[in-house]
Amino acid sequence: MQKRLANWGNYPAITSDENAFTQEEQLREYVVANTHMIARGNGRCYGDASLGEHSISMLKYDKMLAFDVEKGIMDVQAGVTLDQILDIIVPKGWFLPVTPGTKYITVGGAVASDVHGKNHHVDGAFSGHIIDMDILTGSGETICCSASQHPDLFWATCGGMGLTGVITRVKFGLKQISTAYIRQTQLKAKNLEEVIRLFEEYKHYTYSMAWIDCLQKGDSFGRSILIVGEHATPEELSAAQQKAPLTLPAKRKLTLPFNLPSFVLNTFTVKAFNWLYYGKNYKREMHKVIPYEPFFYPLDAILHWNRGYGKAGFVQYQFVVSLEQKDGLIAILKRISDKGWGSFLAVLKVFGKQESLISFPMEGYTLALDFPIRKGLFEFLDELDEIVLQYGGRLYLSKDARMKREIFWNSYPNAGRFADIVKQYNTNARFESLQSERLSLTK
Amino acid sequence: MPTILLLGAGSDMAIAIARKFAAEKYNIQLAARAADTLIPQQQDLQVRYGVTVTTHAFDATNFTSHAAFYSGLPATPDITICVFGYLGDQEKAQQQWDETVNIINTNYTGAVSILNVVANSYADRKQGIIVGISSVAGERGRQSNYIYGSAKAGFTAYLSGLRNRLFRSGVHVMSVQPGFVNTRMTQHLTLPPLLTAQPETVALAIFKGIEKKKNVLYIKWHWRYIMLIIKLIPESIFKKLSL
Repeated sequence: MQKRLANWGNYPAITSDENAFTQEEQLREYVVANTHMIARGNGRCYGDASLGEHSISMLKYDKMLAFDVEKGIMDVQAGVTLDQILDIIVPKGWFLPVTPGTKYITVGGAVASDVHGKNHHVDGAFSGHIIDMDILTGSGETICCSASQHPDLFWATCGGMGLTGVITRVKFGLKQISTAYIRQTQLKAKNLEEVIRLFEEYKHYTYSMAWIDCLQKGDSFGRSILIVGEHATPEELSAAQQKAPLTLPAKRKLTLPFNLPSFVLNTFTVKAFNWLYYGKNYKREMHKVIPYEPFFYPLDAILHWNRGYGKAGFVQYQFVVSLEQKDGLIAILKRISDKGWGSFLAVLKVFGKQESLISFPMEGYTLALDFPIRKGLFEFLDELDEIVLQYGGRLYLSKDARMKREIFWNSYPNAGRFADIVKQYNTNARFESLQSERLSLTK
Repeated sequence: MPTILLLGAGSDMAIAIARKFAAEKYNIQLAARAADTLIPQQQDLQVRYGVTVTTHAFDATNFTSHAAFYSGLPATPDITICVFGYLGDQEKAQQQWDETVNIINTNYTGAVSILNVVANSYADRKQGIIVGISSVAGERGRQSNYIYGSAKAGFTAYLSGLRNRLFRSGVHVMSVQPGFVNTRMTQHLTLPPLLTAQPETVALAIFKGIEKKKNVLYIKWHWRYIMLIIKLIPESIFKKLSL
């Protein structure tokens, strides 16, 4: 069926022929008969990575095949979303090994983006927890791969944006927990220097990230709140919580039913941050025990928050530079701050080491923020790209909707090898997205 | 725990119905032509809801196999839902008898054949609930799908008669008249969003309909009135319309 599709940034929006399936045979028949197609999960990547002329919707391929409660191993069809998995595993004392800032993504999407979370410096990215997975490749053949079995296919699929084929099944390990709560510490940092020092000081914490106020200049440049956390132990819970430590109280979901003018969200976040910074959080350090949901998924509480950026949509800009290139981080943040076009808040995180072929994370600083679409934005982001490249950094493909081809090829050191492996499995270049065309990965 | 039998268990609608009833702690019997294709679904229901799920080979158009299929079930189901159906291709059916037979045998004869068996069993036990998924397409024949529509019309009439017969035995029969449902069966069609239900909506409506002992269930309330209007159009005008 022809359908209007856009991912989370609402940019770009295209008309695509969408096809769903429930049986692998149906998918195989479709794959070998078509070209210009790309798998799509829940549409939570921001840009055009899962947009193509033909869209393979994975959402109905959503069966949970096995859950080993003793060992903490989940085996699922790739269209299952993380929120569905959490509902099953948390009450049994397990958690996702790695989770991004939304739980409304599919497992296939988590692999294709090789997602990272607040625990990257401790637990790495999602790919590090995969036991094995099935890929339906361009020839129609389903290949089971892992770090030791067809490793070329495995590594080109983790972070490979769906270009090696359709990820159909993923088996991965879980993390043991004894409560559904997080012991959280919030720390105020006067400026960028301080927050970077705090990251170092608190690096033994499993989870960490910081909100940066992008508008501050001078001594307060990079003013932030660092948030670190650990899974809480039963002893750390209140008496009421201890009665059912693995169950969260039910709560209502808010939704943004329509697009708002784009200034609304910024005004809202400015207020929220200032409230945290000056109001309730008057102490330098704040401790509390909170349910896992607001800790990991604060924005999921407002469904469709992306509509806050208005109809034109937005792009999220996320880059990483190595630890030695702190100057790069400062230079880019300064440019963003001077221009004043980005969202008021940015997320800063320090990645740990990661060996990979084409995944985004590498040891260093990563910064993410939103830019509402406006005239001149892409030219400005092109300038930023040049600075990122100059400092040896790169951009996250899951957020990307506009990067120039040369930037990608010059910033990802294994781009050539990745493209070669894609060619090998992507028979007749069947799998192709707007992004892969733009970056010349499939042409 | 009560048990529910789903005939035609592999469809999007059946998958949603199975999940709804499993969430309500029913054990599930899944039946479809190729039982092995039901295994992921069986595993899914067990992992998500911890209920007992069995799979069974069932061919709607192999009428003579139906009695043995039913008696071979591991437990007599408390509820039987007949979900299977075949939309077919109207134009092909006009030209090719095989396609017409397939549409009629799946949507009407096959359904009648298996439900006769189930109905007799429930009548003997003086309990049970039968749900038949028919279609609003059966309420008036239209040129775009009258072979399918006429088979569903037959099925609707059958369910109505069955309800009448089994009422005194304490067996309830519910007819479900979905309009457009967003499933694989309809994914090549462009459907009006306001009139199109999600399979999960259908599943929830069926669960609630059973609780309330509804006789005829429309999924989106608009449909009852749309079909009322369509049925009220005089034939002299209706025949000239391109519907």
